[in-house]
Amino acid sequence: MIWQLDLLILSLVVICAVVTIQLKDLLGASVVFGIYSFLMCLLWAEMGAVDVAFTEATVGAGVSTIFFIAAILRTTRRSKD
Amino acid sequence: MRDIHEHSAGEDLVIKTSVRLLVPFIQLFGLYVIVHGHYSPGGGFQGGVILGASFILLALAYDLKTSQDYMPIWANALLGNLGPVIYIGVGALCAIFGGLFLDYSALDVLIPLGPVEWRSFGIFLVEVGVGLAVMSIMLLLYWNLSSGGALDEGL
Repeated sequence: MIWQLDLLILSLVVICAVVTIQLKDLLGASVVFGIYSFLMCLLWAEMGAVDVAFTEATVGAGVSTIFFIAAILRTTRRSKD
Repeated sequence: MRDIHEHSAGEDLVIKTSVRLLVPFIQLFGLYVIVHGHYSPGGGFQGGVILGASFILLALAYDLKTSQDYMPIWANALLGNLGPVIYIGVGALCAIFGGLFLDYSALDVLIPLGPVEWRSFGIFLVEVGVGLAVMSIMLLLYWNLSSGGALDEGL
């Protein structure tokens, strides 16, 4: 564990989470959520939990982003609130 | 190789060619992750997601029909049901042959390999079941989401 690297990735994770909530464009929000998942994967791999990182990379960053995009293409792209 | 351009909807040659070249390697990596799940990071869930993602990639780059050529709906449903059957079947066999549920060392009566080897091999059988179930459910989720439940066309 390198705490400087931890801090860097963690601050990027927080920034991505806030941006995901604040974005009105849902396609952009799901792309930023994919970045968030991949940074989470990096954080877990850096902390030694390789199995969790692998799950996050495949499910979180890979498949669930595609699911979000497929759901957006079937509904609406702009958030109503 | 079957004629893959039959159902082509888009026209981007770069994406199509790279996906066609990548998909076999993605599937091989998924099988590697499933098989080596008890030695190294990975396992049935992650490997199943990678196998499902390879077919999702095919559906994204070509068409929903093309991915259904390679993984038909009936085969997907069959594999999705075969996974839990393998999982529960292995556990029930352990219970039948005198152990607890999923206590693989009881299967030593069936094929004498030794209880330690059976504990290693039994988790592999369970991982295969998990991988098959996860692969077909991920693919079915994508088909339903992208086609609005009709499973005929989408994206």
